[in-house]
Amino acid sequence: MPQIFGRSFNWFANVSIVGGIAVASLLLGILLNINRLDYVSQVGVPKSQPVPFSHKHHVAGLGIDCRYCHTTVEETAFAGIPPTETCMSCHSLIWTEAPMLEPVRASFRDNTPLHWTRIHDLPDFAYFRHDIHVSQGIGCQTCHGNVDAMPLMAKAQTLNMEWCLECHRAPEKFIRPREEVFNMKWVPPHDQTAAGLALVKEYQVQTSQLTDCSVCHL
Amino acid sequence: MSEQVTSTRQQYTPPPPELGPGQTSHTSITDKITSIVLTPHTPIQWFIVVFIGLSLVGLLQVSIAYLLYEGIGIWGLNVPIGWGFAIIHFVWWIGIGHAGTLISAILLLFRQKWRTSINRSAEAMTIFAVMCAGMFPLIHTGRPWLAAYWLFPYPNSMGVWPQFRSPLIWDVFAVSTYFTVSLVFWFLGMVPDLASFRDRAQNRVAKVVYGILAMGWRGSAVHWERYEMTSLMLAGLATPLVLSVHSVISLDFAVSILPGWHTTIFPPYFVAGAIYAGFAMVLILVIPLRKLYGLQDFITLRHLENMGKVMLTAGLIVAYGYFMEQFIAWYSANEYEVYMMQNRMFGPYGSFYWALVLCNIIIPQLLWSKRVRRNTVWLMIISIVISVGMWLERFVIVVTSLHADFMPSSWDMFYPTFWDWATYAGTIGFFLLAFFLFVRGMPLIAAHEVRTLLPFGKKGK
Amino acid sequence: MTASNLTASNEAEPNEAEPNEVGQTISRKQLNLDDLRGRLARPGGPAYWRSLDELAGTEEFEAMLHREFPEQASEWSDGVSRRNFLKLMGASLAFGGLSNCTIQPEEKIVPWVRAPENLIPGKPLYYATAMTLGGVGTGVLVESHMGRPTKIEGNPEHPSSLGGTDAITQASILDLYDPDRATAVKNAGRIATWGGFLQNLDQELTLQRSQKGKGLRILTETVGSPTLGQQLSFLLEEFPEARWHQYEPAARDNVRTGAALAFGEPVNTYFDVAKADVILSLDADIFNSGAGSVRYARDYAARRRLRNGESELNRLYVVETSPSSTGSIADHRLALDSAAIEAFALALAGKLGVKLENSPEQPSYDDRAGWIDALAADLRNAGAASLVVVGDQQAPILHALGHAINQSLGNIGTTVHYTDPLEVDPVDESRSMHELVASMLADEVEVLIIVGGNPVFDAPGDLDFTEAMEHVGFRAQLSFYENETSERCHWHVPQSHYLEAWSDIRAYDSTASIVQPLIQPLYNSKSAHELIGAMIGQAGLPIRDILREYWQQETFADDFDEFWVRALHDGLLADMAFDRRRVRLRSPIKISREFGRPRGDDKFELAMRPDPLIWDGRFVNNGWLQETPKPITKLTWDNAALMSPTTAERMGVDNEQVIDLTLPGRSALAPVWIVPGQADGVITVQLGYGRRVTGRVGTGAGFDAGPLRTSAQMWGARDLKVIKTYDRHPLACTQDHHSMEDRHLVRHADLDHYRHHPDFAQHETHESPASLTLYNTNEFSSTTGNAWGMAIDLNACIGCNACAVACQAENNIPIVGKEEVLNGREMAWIRVDRYYTDLDDPEIFHQPMPCQQCENAPCELVCPVGATTHSEEGLNDMAYNRCVGTRYCSNNCPYKVRRFNFFQYADRDTPSLKLQRNPDVTVRSRGVMEKCTYCTQRINAVRITAKKRGTPILDGEIKTACEQACPTEAIVFGNILDAESRVTDWKASSRNYGILTDLNTRPRTTYLARVRNPNPAIDKG
Repeated sequence: MPQIFGRSFNWFANVSIVGGIAVASLLLGILLNINRLDYVSQVGVPKSQPVPFSHKHHVAGLGIDCRYCHTTVEETAFAGIPPTETCMSCHSLIWTEAPMLEPVRASFRDNTPLHWTRIHDLPDFAYFRHDIHVSQGIGCQTCHGNVDAMPLMAKAQTLNMEWCLECHRAPEKFIRPREEVFNMKWVPPHDQTAAGLALVKEYQVQTSQLTDCSVCHL
Repeated sequence: MSEQVTSTRQQYTPPPPELGPGQTSHTSITDKITSIVLTPHTPIQWFIVVFIGLSLVGLLQVSIAYLLYEGIGIWGLNVPIGWGFAIIHFVWWIGIGHAGTLISAILLLFRQKWRTSINRSAEAMTIFAVMCAGMFPLIHTGRPWLAAYWLFPYPNSMGVWPQFRSPLIWDVFAVSTYFTVSLVFWFLGMVPDLASFRDRAQNRVAKVVYGILAMGWRGSAVHWERYEMTSLMLAGLATPLVLSVHSVISLDFAVSILPGWHTTIFPPYFVAGAIYAGFAMVLILVIPLRKLYGLQDFITLRHLENMGKVMLTAGLIVAYGYFMEQFIAWYSANEYEVYMMQNRMFGPYGSFYWALVLCNIIIPQLLWSKRVRRNTVWLMIISIVISVGMWLERFVIVVTSLHADFMPSSWDMFYPTFWDWATYAGTIGFFLLAFFLFVRGMPLIAAHEVRTLLPFGKKGK
Repeated sequence: MTASNLTASNEAEPNEAEPNEVGQTISRKQLNLDDLRGRLARPGGPAYWRSLDELAGTEEFEAMLHREFPEQASEWSDGVSRRNFLKLMGASLAFGGLSNCTIQPEEKIVPWVRAPENLIPGKPLYYATAMTLGGVGTGVLVESHMGRPTKIEGNPEHPSSLGGTDAITQASILDLYDPDRATAVKNAGRIATWGGFLQNLDQELTLQRSQKGKGLRILTETVGSPTLGQQLSFLLEEFPEARWHQYEPAARDNVRTGAALAFGEPVNTYFDVAKADVILSLDADIFNSGAGSVRYARDYAARRRLRNGESELNRLYVVETSPSSTGSIADHRLALDSAAIEAFALALAGKLGVKLENSPEQPSYDDRAGWIDALAADLRNAGAASLVVVGDQQAPILHALGHAINQSLGNIGTTVHYTDPLEVDPVDESRSMHELVASMLADEVEVLIIVGGNPVFDAPGDLDFTEAMEHVGFRAQLSFYENETSERCHWHVPQSHYLEAWSDIRAYDSTASIVQPLIQPLYNSKSAHELIGAMIGQAGLPIRDILREYWQQETFADDFDEFWVRALHDGLLADMAFDRRRVRLRSPIKISREFGRPRGDDKFELAMRPDPLIWDGRFVNNGWLQETPKPITKLTWDNAALMSPTTAERMGVDNEQVIDLTLPGRSALAPVWIVPGQADGVITVQLGYGRRVTGRVGTGAGFDAGPLRTSAQMWGARDLKVIKTYDRHPLACTQDHHSMEDRHLVRHADLDHYRHHPDFAQHETHESPASLTLYNTNEFSSTTGNAWGMAIDLNACIGCNACAVACQAENNIPIVGKEEVLNGREMAWIRVDRYYTDLDDPEIFHQPMPCQQCENAPCELVCPVGATTHSEEGLNDMAYNRCVGTRYCSNNCPYKVRRFNFFQYADRDTPSLKLQRNPDVTVRSRGVMEKCTYCTQRINAVRITAKKRGTPILDGEIKTACEQACPTEAIVFGNILDAESRVTDWKASSRNYGILTDLNTRPRTTYLARVRNPNPAIDKG
């Protein structure tokens, strides 16, 4: 009786062994890292805004302090998005005709708020608070990146939980002196860990507590 | 060529023969077994069972869909009774699975030749039982997609992992390992027979299909040698699993602090119970099958009787377990333990407990009598009784321990709903369906192994 | 907080900015009520939650819903409700956390155009106001998140509260957001306008004016608002022939009449429980019902503390028909029917030598329990420090008798005080209603204005108010819900919630408060002030100005503005309470022949009571109150015919069996509920249930006991007959097992025993020494300097369930409905367990059960995903977003305090409910386990403030919701590492013990054993 599968089919077996492993590991690799892809985390992707507001110009160029606009960053969870009148406090005097700023003037004129697009966006079950981070010596730059170099605002970090935990597990790696929090140019010292530990001690950062669920999830 | 091989492997012919008088030659054996599959004719009973199976599977799909849509509120659960039918049936099915592995692995290591004619079907039963069991942990959260993700958290960008102190995690590993090994073992065992199917099949489709499944088996001495080696290794792997799986499952309960669960005797007592239930299920399947396909010569009364003996033994161990629970509850003088035991016997669920004693301890004692052990009808009835008994055991353990634990103010009752029952019936349907499809398309009996049972020298032409 | 309160009161000057971004509207509402008036007129009214979803970007939102599992969508779609306001706008962003492989949808941030002052996103503000019930006020503080009132607390500065509240007050916030409340002015059932109504009303009034208002009748509930009273008097000046009637079903007629009997005028009586060493309650549930109960409960509990070695207690005797909260904590409790209670009072009065003018045959009291002598002696010894209280529902004569006894004991001026009546016009309301119906039937009434209330439903059974209404040409009603009465009115005007409108009110001791609104009316609703105002030409006049005007005349403050600001800030008007009255008894009191006459042997007694939670039915649509177990019976969602086991036996009925309660010519069907400790032969029913027309929650719940009342017998009858039926009506009870099974859960002793064995509670179970453990005990201590713990004083708990409702409000706990309660799936994070010792004369114990926060938590190690873990400071954390719902933790929790969302219980579709939710607490979804976390959101908030402040957290700075609400201060929470903290002090008490500690769970919540103070002269049983 004739064989349906001749010897030639044997190579299937051999290939399938090697190939199977190869394909599997490839898929696994993709699966493991998909959340870290910028495409997913939207890192470095600017979004369309009613007005192409440039942090670079206002921070680096004009040297305006973060808190001039983000007024509640030290007081409460929400850093605060400036009301139109804040913009107008200058732009009623300079660039009063700039077409680019028409939406701002319109907002002020018709008393209709601007609808900015949110860049840094945590899930609702993560209760992040700006005030405590700022007061414990975590710089704006640490999470928001070099905003002073961003003509258009974009995410600098994934904001994945593992990223939060990097710092919550070892704050000494990121903590800086309180007075440097709003300094965009600050660079960590060579002995950051040592200096960090000192600050952690000084600011009474309770590292043991930072990984409790209830610190972020209420 | 297989002759040479078998002849080389022929150690001894145990008295009395494992095979009935009908089977005289290798050919007749192979003919008989292949004829069940390689034939256009299918017995009407087969269609009936498969129809029942299909309709129950339909019910299963509906009840699962509804569950996912509404949440587990559709079941009779509440606080304090957080676990109900889902867990009961998870344990019940897993238990049933055990017989297969026991027969194929442990008895293989013990060189119990009589096992050869039942191990294949028993293994198949294992596979399907574990599948049924596996469904319950998945759906019992009402949100399987989440359960699956958190227990196997990939892709993980959270930097946190499952909690390995929890027995529920051990479950995931225990059961999945068990399933994988059993599956491989089962398939490996079938390869030589699939090869003979391939060779004997008439129509081309069958040839191709069995050809692929046979994975180029030529029965060369090398093949046989590797085959033997692998099956021994797998047997070695599977043997500890027989014990570990149900031990781990028993830990789901034993690790808790709940009176009635927090018990050190659980692991051995669960394993024994599993074997008990497993053999019962094997008999429930095999007895009708041998009649339906005239396999009396392969699955002889001797097989049935042996299984009866195993059940009797397992049953006695289980009985010992029950007794120990009672004794420890009394001996501990712990007010909660004592109350739990009294409540179990005389509380609102008392009837279940006594029914359990009747089914699992009293009735099976009939197996002491040889007449009963060799009477298929009796065996069938007792097996069914035992399956019911083992279901009751799980019900009693899960529900009576939960419904009245430490806080009298929180005590409550458990009433299964329609959907509880529907899901259970559905899994039974799935089991039947799968098993009968197997019977129709796969070698129900390990022909190549059975052949080795022939008295030395008798060979086909 | 001070600052913010001042803000609230500063709102006089309107803020020029014209709001139109809806987000701002919310956030500015309470900052500035006036400039929003205009918006109110806008058709459709402010519907800002709708806008919330717009802001969230409905399309993306919908898209997301479709992209994900519907279950998942549901899991987060109500995200809008649980974030700080600007986050609110990002419902759709919630999906970011749904599964990490989803790209987050775009979310908008909508800043103000011009930022309001004093409003920091995410910082709640607190305002003082007052809640009115039955014409009497209670001072409260209301928490407001970005303009949404979310939580009600007691006002520590107000005498009626001292910071505590009762369950009803806690739950009243839910009514504000009730989607079923009346939302639009209706004319003959069709939506109309306020303007249209005024026009129509004016025509009628001009007609009436011509005839001095002869055909005009005003029907209000009991009016306790001085300003409203003044408006009404203006009205009556304008229409001299018009009549003003008052009626509400739970009116305190008997109290007023009783006072009148005793003193010739219906003076207001209130008590100083703190001064009382011996208290006798004659069927008065003073600690959990009626005016001043919160304060009374607190003062009583203050005398039960047994702090640092003190070993004296006050003593409470309760004689009652049906077990009440007050009875359950009594040192001596005696169950008698009302006739026996009257006889008892007579006998006692006789013993105390009170001069009485007895009826010819005086009922004799058979003193089986041997109380009279002992009690009389005890009262006499206590002298002026004794107190006799009579229940609101008792006969006027009994009240008079009570006054007489108090006077003869010299209590007046020490424990009992009198002032002018709190009501603007104290009338006998059932008579007032009687007259009204009579004149309606006589066709004298042409215009009937009903201000609040629901007479068609709750007028006495013998008055056919419905029929009478047909004789009236013009009928208009102002009420919060559209109810049975609204159906029969030409006009219905929605009534504003007390958090929406200005008013004023007097508390139990006549302390006056301004009721200030926290939010513009959500719908086009009006207050009584506005309606009456409109009738006297004050239409459109801001009520606040009318109030200011009134109080300006009342006070002689040289700087009224400052006085006003202060009043709003403190929540009470300084020195505006009445002076105490010296009243003289018109002795001797005449005892009628009916008084204390026992009922016939073949008859039962019917006792009517307002429901402890639903009250007279006005809260029937409040889901929180419906699902809160009644203090004693633990029933939810229903009222029932309560009877003693003996009575049930005699009658041959059992629980849930329906019986027919019949009085001559009237009857009602009611399910039986057997209550140990009920007086034999007495069947107690609660009012307010069996509503036909109200919201979805209340309709059809329970049975209507109203028909059994007559204007003569408002609170019961002694000629009740009972007919058995064989129907059954399932009752949802949250506790099925009532015996403690000797498990030492509630530990208790008599004072005498306590004096000899102060630490009796610590030796009731065998516990292995703490050292005897395999665990490293250091792991239980905290490195942060804070370790949270709680202690609950069982000597103080009266089982009122205020804690449970407070918890529900604070933690966004959903209600599940009667069916699910029957399935045993209620969600209460803190439940109050109630145990009986025996069936016939039981002792009753309450035990609040929050999560015990075990240091060795059994729930933690069985969770496969680590969704519940231990925090450094000793909390048993629960990460809802990680929970997959295996329910193993609940199985393994010996205290059974974990709750599971078997279905999607949290309402994610009703916009108005979203506004009530606490933005700092996740709204749990289906398939998630939840539990008490000691209000971890409050802990976090304070911890962060303290860190920024750079000083440690102060004791009492964090209050859990239950602790804050508790009227008796039975719960204390704090840092057990702080040697000075109250909780440390409590836990150091010899009465301190933990339950089920033999399991080595090491609970952080412990209990202080209960100590009773029985009178040795009375041997119990």
